[in-house]
Order: sequence, then structure tokens, then C-alpha cells
Amino acid sequence: MKVLVAVKRVSDPENVNKVKVTPDGKVDASGLEPKPSPYDEYALESALRLTENGQMPRQRLGEVVVVTFGPKPTELMLRAMLGTGADRAIRVDANDEELDGDLVARALKALVDREKPDLVLVGYQQTESESNEVGQMLAEYLGWPQATYAGSIRSEEDTALVVGREVEGATVTVRVTLPAVVTVLDKVAYPRGVRSKHTPDSFAYPEGVRFAALMAIMAAKRKPLVELALSELVSDRATRVRYGVVEQPPKRAAGVRVKDVAELVMRLKSEAKVI
Amino acid sequence: MPGTLIIAEVTDGKVRKSTYSAFGFARQLGSSFDVLVIGAAVRAAADELGAYGAGTIWVCEDAALAGSVCERVAPTVVSLVTERNYDTVAVTASAFGKDLAPRVAARLGCGYAPDVNRVDASGSARRYRRSMYSGSVHGWMEIVTARHVVSVRASEFPTPEGTSSRASVEPIAAAEADAAAQRIQWIDTQQKKSERPDLAEARVVVAGGRALKEQFAALLDPLADALGAAVGASRAACDAGYVAPELQVGQTGRTVAPDLYIAVGISGAIQHVVGMKSSKVIVAINKDAEAPIFQVADFGLVQDLFVAVPELTRELKAGGQS
Repeated sequence: MKVLVAVKRVSDPENVNKVKVTPDGKVDASGLEPKPSPYDEYALESALRLTENGQMPRQRLGEVVVVTFGPKPTELMLRAMLGTGADRAIRVDANDEELDGDLVARALKALVDREKPDLVLVGYQQTESESNEVGQMLAEYLGWPQATYAGSIRSEEDTALVVGREVEGATVTVRVTLPAVVTVLDKVAYPRGVRSKHTPDSFAYPEGVRFAALMAIMAAKRKPLVELALSELVSDRATRVRYGVVEQPPKRAAGVRVKDVAELVMRLKSEAKVI
Repeated sequence: MPGTLIIAEVTDGKVRKSTYSAFGFARQLGSSFDVLVIGAAVRAAADELGAYGAGTIWVCEDAALAGSVCERVAPTVVSLVTERNYDTVAVTASAFGKDLAPRVAARLGCGYAPDVNRVDASGSARRYRRSMYSGSVHGWMEIVTARHVVSVRASEFPTPEGTSSRASVEPIAAAEADAAAQRIQWIDTQQKKSERPDLAEARVVVAGGRALKEQFAALLDPLADALGAAVGASRAACDAGYVAPELQVGQTGRTVAPDLYIAVGISGAIQHVVGMKSSKVIVAINKDAEAPIFQVADFGLVQDLFVAVPELTRELKAGGQS
């Protein structure tokens, strides 16, 4: 199985509360370390699990290609991903300001036409814009089925996937015949979240995503990483949405300390009137 | 006259309450609106939907739509939108809405505003405001194309008042299954068993952290029962296995905005706070007086939760009987 994983570099999602707004209404994320969007790391982990026998993770039964849209420094993230097991990487040279989800989806469509993967995996959303749109738009442009909010994925004969979609209060199970687009939640990285048909049922993955060993990072320097211009993929680079100013949401004022349960109940009843 | 088309969400033959927030959005726009209700068994839901000011309720009922797979729904939405020339397509930003809306936007060739929490239609170009960076920033955006697709955050657009007029109900046919639709098969939908209201729709949420340990259910369930509340949890409590992962509130879980949120033994890490800070009233119970959760709480009680929670449950039960 050949899998294309689209990844995005973001400002450290663990410290988003330190993101500020400049006086002229722009996002100021200075001081925050650049990191891969965590859901995209789960997408990569899913791709690796689907192309291996979990007992022999060094032997890739298929190919995993990672792609990002970003400036030169995002190659560091791609190199690290080659270290964790991806075979090839592609950087489409672009800045966030010139992109929207629709343009990324159209460019990815062109890349899929070239690369011909069986599966495209992405995180269900990235942690900056939180738009949750690229996978669905890409599936539409390709005329492929989509399985969003994946919490579990099982491969069947490398030609179909059974996907457990986690939606409000329910798990919706679907079977998609490849090629398809799947967008993933963090649950795919649970011990039984994603499994290929090559992995024995008795095998349980460790919790979370895998990390690259030092040896693998060194070896990854020899793996191919190519740069493409956005114009090589799409001629119409107009976006369909445009962002204006950003603002700081109003802060919640700290409230009062109550001395005991009786005072709490009294205030909830007579003051807040919520019980 | 062009207006807004709202796609209703129906589960088990019933309209999801959160659907009505999209009605609230259309009413705020001052736009006339129609509703499409689409699925395998949705006819009964149509009458209920007609009491909130919609012009027409389009009913697309077809056994082949079981499981509401997006690959069947999107082409039907798109043909209705182009035929009737709607200028806006709106859904509630639930998993159903956010699965569907981008596919519809791509198929229509128009811009999409996801998870909108405010709309400003006062100027020449309509502006949408949305939460970004886990709620640290609100961004304003515009859609450049003439037609707009929008998903709206349920907690930010209230259900409008009912009206005395009734919408007309018109049947329509589902679009043919194309190649994409033929390659996806719905197997089943397993509802998570719970006697309690769903987190997203509950008026009161009682949430616990890792400090509750194995006592999580023993302490919080009676409190939730006394309040008719949904139960939520911090990521740490879910990761430790004290409670099911689908109850997680926060950046990697659900976003909730109930009238009352009671955080028990939750320290208030940013990852949790972003999922609950839009609640109307927040109560924090924690023995650590320095816990960051107190910075967002309207009412804070510094006390050992193993003492405070049973007492609170007793007080509420006693109050309910008087």
C-alpha cells in the first residue's frame, strides 16, 4: 500500500495560551517553538502502522510519502519524519499567507495525480486555524470516498479499510474501498487504534506515536526530500477565503471563593440561578 | 429570492437539538431560509423542523441514505443549491456538519467558513468570526466567492423562538450514487450507552480530573444524577483509564458550553480550559488553592473533593425534595 501523509508545521500547541495579538490585529506566536501539528503526527503513525507488521516495524510493506506546504525551515520536520519511518518527503514551497484550505486541497489533488497513492491520511484538523476541511475538499476533488474523525483503522487485503469514525456519542463504522482519504483523531495511536492486516491480532502497539532512534535519524539524511513550487501543481492560486484582523477574546474574570458547600449551593441558586 | 439552505441533522429519526443553532444563524443574517432533511427515515422530523420560520422543508428520504454518508448527501445538497440558487449553505458545526460542509463547498466551487461563532452582516462584505489557536485568538474572515458555505458553532447561536406559521414540506429525490459513493459502505452506528444527556447538549456538565482516581464514577455519577448533568473528564483522567475517552473535554476532546460546568479535582491546564471556558457559569472544586482552574471559575471552593462532592450531592438532593 502506498500512503501519502499531508502534514503541517504549527506553533507549539501545548502553549497556545501564549499566542498574542499585535496592535494591528495580527497573530503573534513569537517565542513558541515550531512543531508538527499533533493530529498530523497521528496520521503519520497510522500510515506507518498500515504499511508494516507491527512486530517488524523496520520492514516497510509499502511506501509512505510525507508532504508539507511551507518555507525551507519546515524541512527539519520532514527530516524528522523520515527518521521515524517515512520513505520520501516533499516540500511544496509556500507561506501560510498565500494559502487557504481549498488551495491546499487543489494542490494536493495535483500531487495525488502524480504520486498515485492508495490512501491519503491527514490529521482531522491542524491546531492553528482548526478549520477541519482539507481532507474533505481533497476527497471531493479526487472523486474519492472520505472517512473523517477516524478513531480506528483496519486494513483488509490492502484494498479496503474498515474505519471507526468517532462522532458525538457514537462510533460510525464504514468500509472504504481504496483509494480514499482518511482524517484521523488522536485515538488512532492507541494500542489497538490502527492495525494492518499484516499485524497479528495478538500484537499490541505501545501507546502514542513512535519516535526516531538516533541511528534512524542519521540514515534518514540519505532519504529523498524534494522541493516543488506551488505553481508546478496549480495554475489558479486564488484563494476563496481571506482572513482579516484577529482579536483577543474577552478574558473570563476570576470569580469569588466560597467558604463551603452550603454557600456554593446558595450562590448557584440565588445569584447565578443555574440550579 | 435566494436565501439560506440549512442541512438538518437527524439521528434515529429525531432532529438533533444543535441543528436549530443554524436556524438562529439564518435569522441573525436576516435571511429567508429553507431546510433540507436528508436520510433513510426522516419524514417524521420534517414537521418539527417547520415551526421555526423556514419557508420550505425539503425532504429527501431514501433507504440508500442509511448512515447519512457524505458521499451521497453532498451531491444532493449541491443539486438543490444550484437548482434553487441559494446564496448560503449552513450547517451546525457537529461532526456531521463538518464532514459534509467542506465537501459541499469544494463541489460548489465556493468558499467555506468553518465553525463560525459570530457573523457581521452590517458592511458590504459579510464577515465571519471564528475561534483559532484553541480559543486563544478570534479571527475574522471573508468569503471571496458569491456563494458561501458556513458551519456554525452550536453554543454561540441560540435556537430561535418558534413561530405560528408552518413551512411547506416538499419531497425531493436523492442524487445518483457516483464513484465515490459506491466505494463507501456504512456498516453500523453504535450509540454509546448512557442514561445521561450528551455532553454537547447538556445544560449542566460535571467533570472530574485524575485526582478522583478509582472513585471517579462513585463520586461523580450521583452528583450528575442530582443535577441531570452530563459527565465529562480531563485528559489526565481519561488517559489514566478512570473514565471512557469519549468523555474528555478539552483541546483533544469535546468542546462544551453548558449553563453550568462543575470542575472537580481538575487543575485547569490550558488543554482542558479551552474546551469549557465558554460555559456560562463555572464552578471549581479543588484542594489546591493555587490551581489555575480558579482563574476561570465564577465560584471556587478550596476543599478536599472527597469531602465536598458527597456533601454537595446531599445538599442538591435535599434541595430538590424541599
